[in-house]
Amino acid sequence: MVGKKKRKSSKTVVNLILGVICFIWILPTFGLFASSFRPAADILQTGWWKVFPHQEWKAGETLQLSKDVDLRQPIEVNGKTYSDDQLKAGVKADDSRLMWENRRARTVNVQEQGWKATPDLTLDNYKNVLSGKEYKLKEADGSETVQKGSGLSQAFWNTLTIAVPATVIPVLIASFAAYAFAWLRFPGRKTLFVIIIAMLVIPIQVALIPVLKDYTSLGLNGSYLGIWLAHTAFGLPLVTYFMYNFISQLPKDLFESAFIDGASHFTIFSRLILPLSVPALASIGIFQFLWVWNDYLVSLIFIGNQPSVQVMSMKIADLVGSRGNDWHLLTSAAFISMLMPLAIFFLLQKYFVRGLMGGSVKG
Amino acid sequence: MDAQIKPEAGAPGTQAKQRISGRAVLLSLGVLLANIVINGLIFLFFRDSTLNPLLTAVLAVLWGVLGVYLIYYTLTWAVEQYPDRIRRKVLPYVFVGPAVIILGWLLILPALRTLYLSFFNASSEKFVGLSNYAAIFSDHLMATALRNNLLWVFVGTLACVCFGLLIAILADRSSYERIAKSIIFMPMAISFVAAGVIWKFVYYYQPGDEQIGLLNAIVTYFGGEPQAWTSMLQPWNNFFLIIILIWMQTGFAMVIFSAAIKGVPDDILEAARVDGAGEVKIFFGIMIPFISSTILTVTTTIIVFTLKIFDVVMVMTGGQYDTEVVATQFYRQFFMYRNFGYGSTLAIVLLIAVLPVILINLRQFRKQGGF
Repeated sequence: MVGKKKRKSSKTVVNLILGVICFIWILPTFGLFASSFRPAADILQTGWWKVFPHQEWKAGETLQLSKDVDLRQPIEVNGKTYSDDQLKAGVKADDSRLMWENRRARTVNVQEQGWKATPDLTLDNYKNVLSGKEYKLKEADGSETVQKGSGLSQAFWNTLTIAVPATVIPVLIASFAAYAFAWLRFPGRKTLFVIIIAMLVIPIQVALIPVLKDYTSLGLNGSYLGIWLAHTAFGLPLVTYFMYNFISQLPKDLFESAFIDGASHFTIFSRLILPLSVPALASIGIFQFLWVWNDYLVSLIFIGNQPSVQVMSMKIADLVGSRGNDWHLLTSAAFISMLMPLAIFFLLQKYFVRGLMGGSVKG
Repeated sequence: MDAQIKPEAGAPGTQAKQRISGRAVLLSLGVLLANIVINGLIFLFFRDSTLNPLLTAVLAVLWGVLGVYLIYYTLTWAVEQYPDRIRRKVLPYVFVGPAVIILGWLLILPALRTLYLSFFNASSEKFVGLSNYAAIFSDHLMATALRNNLLWVFVGTLACVCFGLLIAILADRSSYERIAKSIIFMPMAISFVAAGVIWKFVYYYQPGDEQIGLLNAIVTYFGGEPQAWTSMLQPWNNFFLIIILIWMQTGFAMVIFSAAIKGVPDDILEAARVDGAGEVKIFFGIMIPFISSTILTVTTTIIVFTLKIFDVVMVMTGGQYDTEVVATQFYRQFFMYRNFGYGSTLAIVLLIAVLPVILINLRQFRKQGGF
């Protein structure tokens, strides 16, 4: 009995600690989420937590000071004296705050704290980001023209066009290779496999420049094929390692009967291995997809500056760098870029975790 | 795994021919050529196309996805035109070939070429021997970058592994395991760039009373002075950047540890509890030894990852305020200053730094019985 009781109380402690950690973990993301719905001016002036009901100063009664008050001297209001600057910024007096309502007319507002429960939220940030922001440009002759910057939607399609093949290609190539490494015998098998595993730890920075040179001479820079190949190469070692772990564990009897029936290796691979590997394919596929979707460095180097091929991470990094004050665009853009990975993450989480377990936990 | 699967008779009709027929040679050459030409043409089409972006996206995805499959399909078909003994020798290379070619071209050769470039001067024209390496270790900026990288690897990895383990253990005992793990794991799905934006809202600093950055708001609420966390607070600003990495990577460690912990047999744990071992003792005495190889794998992965850290620094500070790491220095040297010798040397230094990790990994793999 005593033991059981102790267990229960310790469970509460565990839940409590875990709750605090989770709260800290989700807080930054939630801040971004809340900010992305706030009007531009609000974001710059107050913290995002102001979207919750909070106390705020509200205009109350107005005090009229006499006309002959010297504003350069300490000013007497309700028996106490304040300086002009204090009244400009607002100064606390008892429970209320005194502030100039109209300095010229010499009226002072006595503000009181009240609850503000309705937050000002808007979808404008998202609209602006998706369709492109409008810039006013001054022409040489003095007239103004309005130009639309490119929106995120183009970048979204670019990212998708890059991410889907850059996921399927390495996963397919790696699965073929893993099958051969696991179930076929050929000279050089061990050497090749060890080399591929060793590639796991090569920092991609080592490869960037020579590849960039090759790409430039082949005209692959800024092309879909080029970036697919780059992502394929940089992801291949890990995907091969992962698929090898899975495919080599499949029971051998499975293929033997297929061989007796006269199936070729290709048939066995596409009819037996691929369907059986779906959990592994799904989890490593999701991983590769997230990496490619979230990638910044590889895109930065191999894609270039034309807006027609830019991906979302480049666009956002651009926003961060060049227009640090457009927080409202930045927040919504960042959130849009997170939508796809988060959706995939929450929808396919089951496979994700199961596959991860298969790949790396072998006791 | 020892016994090889012997392909029985292949497709009917091919078995009889034991000599290489001219037709087969021609066919396979034709298939190879056709693959190159067709994919080349499609590539040119996409490069010059002015189609609607949505249509381009759909077509490109179709090509990318189906293209690879077709290449394998046609190549195996061509190999199957040969007699059995040839086919058995060639087929494995058709299967591993594309992987080896792509890795060789885009990873192995480049690494060697970078090594070669690192012995040349800025414009890659004059051989300078080891002087780039000497320069790197005497340059103040480089010293900072190397120091920061060490800090990243050490603090970042240690924190990720410890937090990951702690949370995995806690979640294992909690009734809200699924939701807690989802929340901790979620940052894995967020790009570094978006994470940069998220954390700018935490670290934002402006002089005065009203703070829109969360951290400064908390500090001022408790009567402290607001700080410019990521810039002026040197050298502590590096730690504030490392926190972002911890936030993103702990989930990865947690998921894998969590799976490993579930693999610890219940009867061992029960036996220990009956013997009166406390939870702490069980943790250090049973769980840690049991999952030690998993800990090694996770630690390696995170070390490798942290050594290459680039995006967080680039987005948060651009490497200013003494937050430079090797990867950002490399990018700057190469793409901004056009100092190829220096840049290559940096990449090689990075490679040398991960070499021990390669060796540990390979040894571990051999132990697991892979090879």
